[in-house]
Amino acid sequence: MTLRDVKDILDAEVLVGADQLDKEVKTAFGADLMSDVLAFAKAGSLLLTGLTNPQVIRTSDVLDIAAIIMVRGKRPSPETIRLAEELQIPILVTKYILFETAGKLYAKGIVGCVERVDEERAFS
Amino acid sequence: MTKNVLSHDTAIYENSFHVEGGTFENAGHVSSQIKALLKRLKLSKEVVRRAALVTYEAEINICSYADRGQIVLRVTPEHVTVEAIDEGQGIVDIDLAMQAGYSTATEKIREMGFGAGMGLCNIKNFSDFFRITSEIGKGTHLKMVIRIDKDFDGI
Repeated sequence: MTLRDVKDILDAEVLVGADQLDKEVKTAFGADLMSDVLAFAKAGSLLLTGLTNPQVIRTSDVLDIAAIIMVRGKRPSPETIRLAEELQIPILVTKYILFETAGKLYAKGIVGCVERVDEERAFS
Repeated sequence: MTKNVLSHDTAIYENSFHVEGGTFENAGHVSSQIKALLKRLKLSKEVVRRAALVTYEAEINICSYADRGQIVLRVTPEHVTVEAIDEGQGIVDIDLAMQAGYSTATEKIREMGFGAGMGLCNIKNFSDFFRITSEIGKGTHLKMVIRIDKDFDGI
């Protein structure tokens, strides 16, 4: 699906990246812990998170995250928005909680960028 | 004496970047810069991503625990080498610090989404070669190497 579909499903507001809504996404990762995002998230995935500080943008840049979905209606600071604009990383804000956000996307075909974590956690 | 300019260890790019310690204000700035640089060198997405990731974790560590530090980037046709050298408190027990989940992070670091005790593990997992040395009261030195497969990754 496209980011535009994601926006509609989540009744989300696009804060950054209104020009990137045609971008295709297939997978997602959700966490509030950037260390885990760095360990497990894959390039091209959506990042669902309740964190709104600039490190979310840096982390997403490093990992080539397709777009950030900020959940629970949390709004990032102007500083976070500025950095996202500079690095051209879309930010969508939804009022749904993390669980509902993930469920709504999963029901429409978005799957986890990893299904489960066993022994193997290195890059692939 | 003639020198083979295309010797396999000839640096295509070499630079060092200052990292401010004890603050998150610019945390990740050097990693973003290095990532953009590596992209311009036309390395594969996977190599760029892994190099950016290990650099970022190392940079976050300097911001979290050291007074100041520098990140040295060296690119040859075969490797991307990133060294993170800091002046700081050093690590008391490296084996313990390498354990997944072990952390000495403060509340401030955790608020930023870090301090889960995964940083050094992530660095090790995403590097082809990783070495850590540390001296109490002086600082810590990380060396990470990512191999470039020429058929696969370009350059």
